[in-house]
Amino acid sequence: MSLFHRSRALWVAVLAIVLAMVVAACGDTKDDTETSASSAPATTADGGAAANADGEYRRGLKAIVMPKQLGNPYEELEDSGTVEAFEELGGEASIEGPTDAGASSQVPILQSAIQKQPDAIILAANDPNAVAPVLKQAIARDIRVVTQDSDAAPDARQIFINQATTEGIGESLARMASQVTGGRGEIAVLSATANATNQNAWIRVLRERLETPEYSGLRLVKVAYGDDDDQKSFQETQGLLSAYPNLRAIVAPTTVGIAAAARYLSTSPKKGRVQVTGLGTPDQMRKFVKDGTSEVFALWNPKDVGYLGGYAAAALASGIITGAEGERFEAGRLGEREILANGEIVLGPPTEFTRENIDDFRF
Amino acid sequence: MSTADVAVDRREAGERARRLSEMVFRMRELGIVIALLALIAVTAILEPRFIELDSLKDLARNASIIAIIAAGQTLVILTRNIDLSVGSVLGLAAFFCGDMLSNHGMPIIVAILLCIGLGATCGIINGVLTTYGRVPALVVTLGTMYVFRGIAFVYTDGRQINAETLPDSFLNIGTGTILGIPTIALIAFVVVVIVGLYLSNYRSGRELYAIGSNDAAAKLAGIRVDRRVVGAFVASGALAGLGGALYAARFGTVDATAGTGYELTVISAAVVGGVAINGGVGSVYGAAIGAILLGCITSSLIVLRIDSFWQQAAVGALLIAAIAFDRLVGLRLDAALRQRSARRA
Amino acid sequence: MPELATTTPSAGGTPPAAPSKSGVRFDPSNLVRWETLIVGLIIVVLFVGSGLSEQFFTAASFTTGSFDMIEVALIALPMTLIVITGEIDLSVASILGLSSALMGELWNAGLPLELIMPICIAMGAVCGVVNGFLVTQLGLPSLAVTIGTLGLYRGLALVILGDESITSFPSAWTERAFGTINDGWFPNVMVIFVILAVLFAIALHATPFGRSIYAIGANKEAARFSGIRTKRITMSLYVLAGAVAALAGIVMTLRNSTAAANVGVGLELTVVAAVLLGGVSIFGGKGSLFGVILAVFLLGAIQKALLLADGVSSYWIQIVTGTLLVVSVLGPNLVVRAREARTRATRSRAPGAAPPATTTTKPRKEEDR
Repeated sequence: MSLFHRSRALWVAVLAIVLAMVVAACGDTKDDTETSASSAPATTADGGAAANADGEYRRGLKAIVMPKQLGNPYEELEDSGTVEAFEELGGEASIEGPTDAGASSQVPILQSAIQKQPDAIILAANDPNAVAPVLKQAIARDIRVVTQDSDAAPDARQIFINQATTEGIGESLARMASQVTGGRGEIAVLSATANATNQNAWIRVLRERLETPEYSGLRLVKVAYGDDDDQKSFQETQGLLSAYPNLRAIVAPTTVGIAAAARYLSTSPKKGRVQVTGLGTPDQMRKFVKDGTSEVFALWNPKDVGYLGGYAAAALASGIITGAEGERFEAGRLGEREILANGEIVLGPPTEFTRENIDDFRF
Repeated sequence: MSTADVAVDRREAGERARRLSEMVFRMRELGIVIALLALIAVTAILEPRFIELDSLKDLARNASIIAIIAAGQTLVILTRNIDLSVGSVLGLAAFFCGDMLSNHGMPIIVAILLCIGLGATCGIINGVLTTYGRVPALVVTLGTMYVFRGIAFVYTDGRQINAETLPDSFLNIGTGTILGIPTIALIAFVVVVIVGLYLSNYRSGRELYAIGSNDAAAKLAGIRVDRRVVGAFVASGALAGLGGALYAARFGTVDATAGTGYELTVISAAVVGGVAINGGVGSVYGAAIGAILLGCITSSLIVLRIDSFWQQAAVGALLIAAIAFDRLVGLRLDAALRQRSARRA
Repeated sequence: MPELATTTPSAGGTPPAAPSKSGVRFDPSNLVRWETLIVGLIIVVLFVGSGLSEQFFTAASFTTGSFDMIEVALIALPMTLIVITGEIDLSVASILGLSSALMGELWNAGLPLELIMPICIAMGAVCGVVNGFLVTQLGLPSLAVTIGTLGLYRGLALVILGDESITSFPSAWTERAFGTINDGWFPNVMVIFVILAVLFAIALHATPFGRSIYAIGANKEAARFSGIRTKRITMSLYVLAGAVAALAGIVMTLRNSTAAANVGVGLELTVVAAVLLGGVSIFGGKGSLFGVILAVFLLGAIQKALLLADGVSSYWIQIVTGTLLVVSVLGPNLVVRAREARTRATRSRAPGAAPPATTTTKPRKEEDR
């Protein structure tokens, strides 16, 4: 077509740009290797000093914190904890994240984060494996990688801050379910998305616990997925209530799900007869604990998760720890913490909230 | 003289065609109603609790917000445009409403009216860009869908509105009943009826059909096309704003992501309800019934304990079936009309 | 009813607008101007981006930026052709997800990847056949059809893979998808894109097939009467879109070493945004593949610049993309309007002024969707 002929000038212009980019790119690759070569001794020196547990935190550290999704209040709380930790240590942490929680939505943002060459990246992974290749690149470029709240593949990060052990949370869910039902009857789970790593792990433990004699009176009839969407969680709750008339409790191990289930039940005739429990923030659930929709639910302080993650990342970047089992470091107001097997650090058992203590918590 | 004859002839033919196609409309709505009743009946046979009073109330509540926004969307689609920004407008308005009520102590009615105004403002932007800016509606609203959602993110700044901080009388709008009928469903009913009456009884309402059928002809016939199209967008935005306020009242928890993806559900509801995506055909009642049908599908899959993974596939398949059905009926109708005019000649 | 809609405007609206119409569609100076505009924008973004971050104008940015945009870039190729015919395909991201889910499921079932990949692409082509059948044979509006199949294919992806995410793909393949040529700065996956881009460009701009695509978009009825097999061509474009979307699904799966049913949700809108930004008219008949490729590059550059800038949240990417999309169409329209107003003003002083109705109805008709 004539297009090719008439727009020759444009093609030339574009070719020129592309060539310029290529030249620039080649030049920069050289620069990159040079800079990384020059900075290499410094970082290996840090790495070499690793075993020194008395080491001071380095000041002026730069970190990037990545939530699963921007605008998610729980994640924002967590990240504010990380930012607080870095500020205490005289460094800075900036929050960057995707606008949706799809499996691979964090990848492009991580890639750009690596380019900025921060001292550490702290993230809550949307999918353990989708982010793994990028995280490995980050580690290869001497960036310390800490996961918090939701882990990545273990070989793609140095430390994982577990809010509580999977076992502990599963156990806690079983215990609360037993408590609110008096130990007998049908229960159902209202989870987040079907792919959610955390929720699936907790539900697995919950199932295991329910098979033990201690919880023999409880029967898990259905796991429903509210997709962490209010409307869907509402409809799933309605469905559970009408499909299982003998239901005694809904266990929602997700902050969106528990709020939706409680909100629906609080205005339903089945309020009180069917209890809501699970994991939620006190601010979301205060109203429903007070009106009897939910006797008890649990959560760790998300801000503490982020705070611990921040200190762990700073300790790694300062060479105080390397991420090996048994190492210890001082984590600000949370005191001394130890690294367990698999590079995990556990924040502690979740706090259970009831009518008595809920007003002591604001988050 | 001969031209006058032709004109009379045309008018009569047009009148006949109109009556015939109106009849088909009614049948179309009837078809959707039958599909809905069949779905409810099958579900109820398998699981009788599905038609208990409380369950029916929930079905009505679930469909209400979508039905309200679908009513606005119908106006836009009738003019042969589309509004993809409604989900983002809903999110923006929902958070705005929650923020005004819990952090600024604004009276409920004022907050709701401001939400409607906020939505209408978004609608004006869409409408003006589409008509006076001559940018296709698909492009405009695809763009504003991103922009309004982005603004919602900036505005919420990671905050969340919780049920605890919202006044009970506001939350009751979402969950309460008036004379045994869910309040939110009553609001939806009133909105749909008002829009329906507007479309059938007002000149400007009927003009929307004319614009969608052939806007060049509509313009030559003296219809102020641009003004009507802007009006449709304003209505769509305003109803999305109202939907946002009701969303906050119903769910009590609002963050920046509220209403993500609603645009496709709303358009699906309208199209399933017989509103032609090419404009000029359809009714707001059909769209509302479409919204109820979509809501019922989700609920009945849940009640029937069918894996919820099937839900999305089912809704997609239903949408295709609905437009394919419309097309076949349309072809029949065309043939019938042609036969008639042939006979007259 | 659709016949009515397509014939009346061309009968009533074209005669006075005929010269300007061919001007809009086939005058290359118009196309060149558009693409020059995008090139100008790219240069602006490159400058601004370099100002925002030292890391911006580097090879690493190109490498990682390509990974961010590769799926959008691939799907934008067939989408350009579809939009030029005046249709649209919103189901591409769902086909991508379905391809990823199928890939995971088949890998789980023990099939070798060499066999799985052709199966996935064939499955994508079948999805395209379904779209094409509904659009061409049943004559349904493509917007509504593909909103339906968007739900249907994504739903099927969920049905196939459910809550699982499959990650055990052999590292030889994932490293290939994630790697660069000679470990340099040019990603392997971009090779696929370059090859496909050349093929699509030749097909669209230098073959009778491509000319038919423009003819269909300019006036479907006229194209059919002039002997172009409009249905067959439209069908083939949907099949291409399905196959390429499935290919993009394979690329994404290997690149992230994760197969899941929910990957790429919402990607279709980014693709459409890129195509429209590239100067393709949503009414069809107008646009070039070259402009779209530039637009993909522009979007990638903007995204990269904002990601690298300190303290800019990624929702700003949404705001900027959305605004750019609207402004890119609005800007030229305002220029045209201003020029029209000027000529009308000068003409109205001259005797025998052209009736204003004709100049305004024609564009109005077009902007309906």
